[in-house]
Amino acid sequence: MAVKSNLVNMVVCLTATCLVCAALLAGVYALTAEPIAATNAAILKASVSAVLPEGGELSESRPIEVGGQMSEYYVSTVDGVPAAYAVKSTTVGFGGPLTLMVGITADGVIYNTSVLSHSETPGLGAKCSQDEHFMAQWKGFNPAQKILKVKKDNGDVDAITASTITSRAYALAVQNAVDAVKKIGGSENEQ
Amino acid sequence: MNSKLQLIVKGLVKDNPTFVLILGMCPTLATTTSAMNGLSMGLATLFVLVLSNMAISAIAPVVPDKVHIPVYIVVIATFVTLLQFLMQAFVPSVYATLGLFIPLIVVNCIVLGRAEAFANKNGIFDSALDGVGVGLGFTLSLTVIGMVREILGSGSVFGWKFIAGDGMLAFVMAPGAFLVLGYLMVLFNKFLAKK
Repeated sequence: MAVKSNLVNMVVCLTATCLVCAALLAGVYALTAEPIAATNAAILKASVSAVLPEGGELSESRPIEVGGQMSEYYVSTVDGVPAAYAVKSTTVGFGGPLTLMVGITADGVIYNTSVLSHSETPGLGAKCSQDEHFMAQWKGFNPAQKILKVKKDNGDVDAITASTITSRAYALAVQNAVDAVKKIGGSENEQ
Repeated sequence: MNSKLQLIVKGLVKDNPTFVLILGMCPTLATTTSAMNGLSMGLATLFVLVLSNMAISAIAPVVPDKVHIPVYIVVIATFVTLLQFLMQAFVPSVYATLGLFIPLIVVNCIVLGRAEAFANKNGIFDSALDGVGVGLGFTLSLTVIGMVREILGSGSVFGWKFIAGDGMLAFVMAPGAFLVLGYLMVLFNKFLAKK
């Protein structure tokens, strides 16, 4: 079956295999790089427009500090005036990082939120991206009048049953986004 | 029975990778939270298995004995990475659920196991059939485990919900994976022994 090994044929064989494999991968990478970039951009765009009011003109990604970490945000402008912001905000949930896209209108009211990625427990914390009541309560949530904490912590957020840690992380992520937008608004008014 | 057909059936039943050979347990336990996830993981492994079996059976006669494992692993890793690029580009939603487990197909013992046990001793066509058989066996097992876990854990099948509410959450999580796998293994082997 197999050839008897000696130094020369082992080196030749391994080198040849690696060269062929590398060439193949490079080829496929070149072919798929564009579709992959397009798909990722489409996913991101969909997540941004899902949390913002319709009709605005979307800006490119801009860097911002959210909750002590570097993140990014997008501005939606209507007639040259910033109408709403979409902020990517990450906190630590029960199972790992919880990343949200939070849409906030220029007057500081939350328009909508969506989960970009999470590693919460299926059936418990994972409901933060499925439970209709939990998701609906963020629409029109005004942080100036209500407190962005779960009810257990004397706030106004209905937590997901048996998933207080996830709900807290979610509320904190939204709070961080609200704080970040206040900073953006402030700096733009100064200009 | 036709011997070519037998190659495929063998992988499905007598040499079923999950229930009889008990290989590739890591992806089996981790990705079968729903029928769809199990099916996708099975098909991804099938893809790699068929291609790597064919490639390895083609190069086996010229590979020196002492370096055959590294060569096989490089070949398998190449196909897995290829699959990863293709999935990222064309089925991003599947990639999002299975993402982490796709690179792990490289170290799935089924793939290297078939290369060692079958592909390096047989022709390209037979090796491809063996890959199809074992791959289908793996896909079938994962889909069945996924279905059972989804029915018990979420009250749905392939995403179609027939019971409102939650179901038994334990079955969606790791303990349920072990329970379902164990019971299905018992049933499968009882059925095999009777034949």
